[in-house]
Amino acid sequence: MKEEEIIRIENLNKWYGNFHVLKDIDLCVCRGDKIVICGPSGSGKSTLIRCINHLEEFQEGSLIVDGIEINKDVKNIEKIRSEVGMVFQHFNLFPHLTILKNLTLAPMLVRKKNLKEATEIAMQYLERVKIPEQAEKFPGQLSGGQQQRVAIARSLCMEPKIMLFDEPTSALDPEMIAEVLDVMVELADSGMTMLCVTHEMGFAKKVADTVIFMEGGQIVEENEPNMFFNKPKNERTKLFLNQILTH
Amino acid sequence: MAMEKFIKKPDRKPPKLIQSGPISWLLKNMFSSVTNSLISLIAILLVIQSVPFLVSWFLVDATWQGENRAACVENSGACWLYIREKFNLFIYGFFPKAEYWRVNAAAILFFVLIAPLFFKKFNFKLKWGLSVMVLYPVLTFILFYGGVAGLEVVETNKWGGLMLTVFVAYIGIIAAFPIGVILALGRNSDLPIAKYLCIGFIEFWRGVPLITILFMASVVLPLFLPEGVDLDKLMRATVGITLFQSAYLAEVVRGGIQAIPKGQYEAADSLGLNYYHKVSNIILPQALRIVIPSLVGTSISLFKDTTLLLIIGLFDVLAMVVATSADILWLGFEPEGYVFVGIIFWIFCYTLSRYSFKLEEKLSFKKN
Repeated sequence: MKEEEIIRIENLNKWYGNFHVLKDIDLCVCRGDKIVICGPSGSGKSTLIRCINHLEEFQEGSLIVDGIEINKDVKNIEKIRSEVGMVFQHFNLFPHLTILKNLTLAPMLVRKKNLKEATEIAMQYLERVKIPEQAEKFPGQLSGGQQQRVAIARSLCMEPKIMLFDEPTSALDPEMIAEVLDVMVELADSGMTMLCVTHEMGFAKKVADTVIFMEGGQIVEENEPNMFFNKPKNERTKLFLNQILTH
Repeated sequence: MAMEKFIKKPDRKPPKLIQSGPISWLLKNMFSSVTNSLISLIAILLVIQSVPFLVSWFLVDATWQGENRAACVENSGACWLYIREKFNLFIYGFFPKAEYWRVNAAAILFFVLIAPLFFKKFNFKLKWGLSVMVLYPVLTFILFYGGVAGLEVVETNKWGGLMLTVFVAYIGIIAAFPIGVILALGRNSDLPIAKYLCIGFIEFWRGVPLITILFMASVVLPLFLPEGVDLDKLMRATVGITLFQSAYLAEVVRGGIQAIPKGQYEAADSLGLNYYHKVSNIILPQALRIVIPSLVGTSISLFKDTTLLLIIGLFDVLAMVVATSADILWLGFEPEGYVFVGIIFWIFCYTLSRYSFKLEEKLSFKKN
């Protein structure tokens, strides 16, 4: 089966003021790929995936998502964003809306679904993240792990082609990380295209097709997980792995 | 080896306070230290000094019954006959007596229209509330001004007293709200022209005292209007007040918008919501909740600021004290007048403020 390309990033450069955050990034993602991006903080990994749905602008290079080139003048940025789900470190649920409304809002406004359809889809995804009984509660009444699962469900309700995860477990208590990772593993098994910035190396080993290591705004190593963890090509990768895996 | 089991201990009630009773309460709350004791003593002294005087002036030594001011001479307290005599002027200003019912009807209409909002089962609260907000002043104006359906025309210079105060404040607060929200959004906008226009507008109106605006509206503006065009003085003043208020509201709303975490914008963006949907469903509902206390605060300020209408010759409820105390038969009762008007203002402002507490409580984000 010929793999279908869904994201192509070429020679992408980004600056915050004079600070060069992303340097000559090249990356190609095919439909169904699961990519884990790791690296020390400040290495530009979050910035990179935030460029993909244009939460960040970049100054040089090209970025094509699902056949549409993303640049400064992109007209239908909402259209692209509706096809790319994003899960944030701090969940970013809408605190003034119930869980169900958090889930049905965008499908109704963007996908023009009616309340009944949207509710059906929402309940289906809440079942999938295993908290349908919380539908009428408000985000503030849920635990961190539950909120993050709602956030994942909220993105999935838009039935996106790509899911971006920006350190989804970094703000969670240790006991809650597992419940979120379970949902992500299940999602990966269902064939979703996923880009995850995470420090959960167990998750990377389990589901990733490709692991990317970034440092100083560059992609240092791009490798398949087995090789990445056992025989890294770059010595910087090796140092990083030593530091995070020995403790 | 069998593993230890985790057994949850039962919850207990907190221990009762050992010391209770009035003496220990006093010691704890009023005389816990030298400074506190001193403050408590001074406070008690002030109460002892002022309360008996106030009670006797307001109630005991006050005149409640009688035909004319002669009845007040014997008593050293307040002469409430003056208020009774002038009551209609305080409420209706110089509105023709035969048409008082129109003002009463407008007041009753208000309560009838907002009544559905207090029913839990009523599902169109927001839509109904907004429609009432917009339609009510129009209905009221028609009712007051007349000229339709056989109603006699009552020129706005005859309007006065409490009805004028409430009418102007209501329009100022309601009409300024949408303008203020748009200005606040404009000021936060990425479009430089919109942004600087809004900043200019806001800073201009905030930089000028209301009294100047009223003067400009009543004295200077007519000079610039072409001959023959005569905008009603009340209308000019109301427009001035509305624009003034919108600038203040804009800053209040902007404060709320800026308190919304960046993550909320990003979440809305990442779901593909457009600007309009993002602002109306995510940003404003949260921002306005945060600023309810300040919104009500500025509204209360405006309500009280309407007293400045006096200087352009419109007789609001406070100005009626000046007008009525010029009556030769009732000279020298300004204190009673001001106290009475003060009580009216306090009732309105306190109601608004309680309502804002209620609203805040009801709309606060549910946690735990």
